Amino acid sequence: MNPVLLWFHKLGSPPYFYRFAGRLIPWLYAITIIGMVIGLYGGLVMAPADYQQGDSFRIIYIHVPCAWMSLFVYAFMAANGFVALVWHIKLSETLAMTSAPIGAMFTFVTLVTGSLWGEPTWGTWWTWDARLTSELVLLFLYFGVIGLYHAIEDTRQASRAAAFLALVGAVNLPIVHYSVVWWHTLHQGTTVSLMGPSKIDPRMLWPLLTMALATHTYFFASLLARARVSLLQLESGKEWVRSQLGSGNPAEVSHV
Amino acid sequence: MKYGTTGAACAALLKRDLLLVWRRRGDALNPLLFAIIVVSLFPFALGPERTVLERIAAGTIFVAELLAMLLSLDTLFRSDLEDGSLEQLVVSPHPLSLLLACKIFIHWMTTALPLIVIAPLLAELLHLPDRVLPVLLVALLLSTPLLSLIGAVCVALTIGMRRSGMLLTLLVLPLIVPVLIFGAGACNAAQSGFAFHAPLLWLGAWLVLALVLAPLAAAAALKISLS
Repeated sequence: MNPVLLWFHKLGSPPYFYRFAGRLIPWLYAITIIGMVIGLYGGLVMAPADYQQGDSFRIIYIHVPCAWMSLFVYAFMAANGFVALVWHIKLSETLAMTSAPIGAMFTFVTLVTGSLWGEPTWGTWWTWDARLTSELVLLFLYFGVIGLYHAIEDTRQASRAAAFLALVGAVNLPIVHYSVVWWHTLHQGTTVSLMGPSKIDPRMLWPLLTMALATHTYFFASLLARARVSLLQLESGKEWVRSQLGSGNPAEVSHV
Repeated sequence: MKYGTTGAACAALLKRDLLLVWRRRGDALNPLLFAIIVVSLFPFALGPERTVLERIAAGTIFVAELLAMLLSLDTLFRSDLEDGSLEQLVVSPHPLSLLLACKIFIHWMTTALPLIVIAPLLAELLHLPDRVLPVLLVALLLSTPLLSLIGAVCVALTIGMRRSGMLLTLLVLPLIVPVLIFGAGACNAAQSGFAFHAPLLWLGAWLVLALVLAPLAAAAALKISLS
């Protein structure tokens, strides 16, 4: 078997993943902190003020990376849910379910920072604009997945049911988005794009991209840390957990 | 062992479900009463001025009927789960998605259809202009099956939980936002004298998509829940 594929198969095994994630987490957190310090300094101090919005535009260094992450995490959750349902991989179930609260948090931060920015700029905390509304629906979808996961007793069945709901939501999300765009639009269009030139000053752009990188590494660090705990709970009766925690008493593990 | 044809199984299921509803026909009235009461609360809250009520009529009727259906969704599989016939459907040799589609159809016919029948009454209560009424009825005819289909997937996921009512609401409502936007949007466009065909066509397109996909999704969800 080719070495990359072999490594990927090994990664699906909880003990291997547990050790691998444990080694990776400090690095991810380090990159997150360095990236956030550089990105925030670049964004809040070095970048020039906007010619129209003045300094209030600087909230994009939190708002926009979080908004990107809210969608990225949902895609990540749905993709893992798909893998979990099709190939019954335990690790994917765990990853899908542990990413849901982080995604909900990113969505919430996006809504809060957006409304903080909207008050001085648009003169209102909330407006029923298309992007705001679809972000709100996204938050409800996250809540639905989290709620369903916690409502079912059996962890594995709960994660499969919630992963299925995440997939249904993923099918529905574009429809929701375009229906609310059709319904009402006020939010500005896309400024930064992957394809073609961005309509933003490069001095403003680089801190934004640094922050985007830092939020990604934060997500993965937080995800891996949560996944490690969930795996310990899920596998609490198994031998590797006992040897990992160095205690012979599995009852303690269930309270981690 | 010989099995009947799939068609015979569907026919038997349709007959059985209809009979069950008929035997407990008093319960079937509850969603209607709920919708009427919700609609009649709005004039109390907003005041009886004709102009105010006219403007909110279509949207209010839409929301009231969707909520009434949402509350009745819970009964879709409940009694079948309790008496074990749901498991029999799952292990039967016929395609589960088709059998569930039959159940969803009966559920729609016994809850949504009466709601659509009383929609003109609700419209009169809120002084909806007469020319908007046909649009409202068509929009309801297209959007209530969508709600039944999408709701069935969510019910299948929450089945077996003791108190699933609130959770079901949390799962279903975000998914049916587009239905509400297009359905009520068509009525509002008609009321303002604009073209209202586009949102209705969108609803129709979405209904066709859901008719194919939702029974399959409900079957998959049910298998997860009963595993």
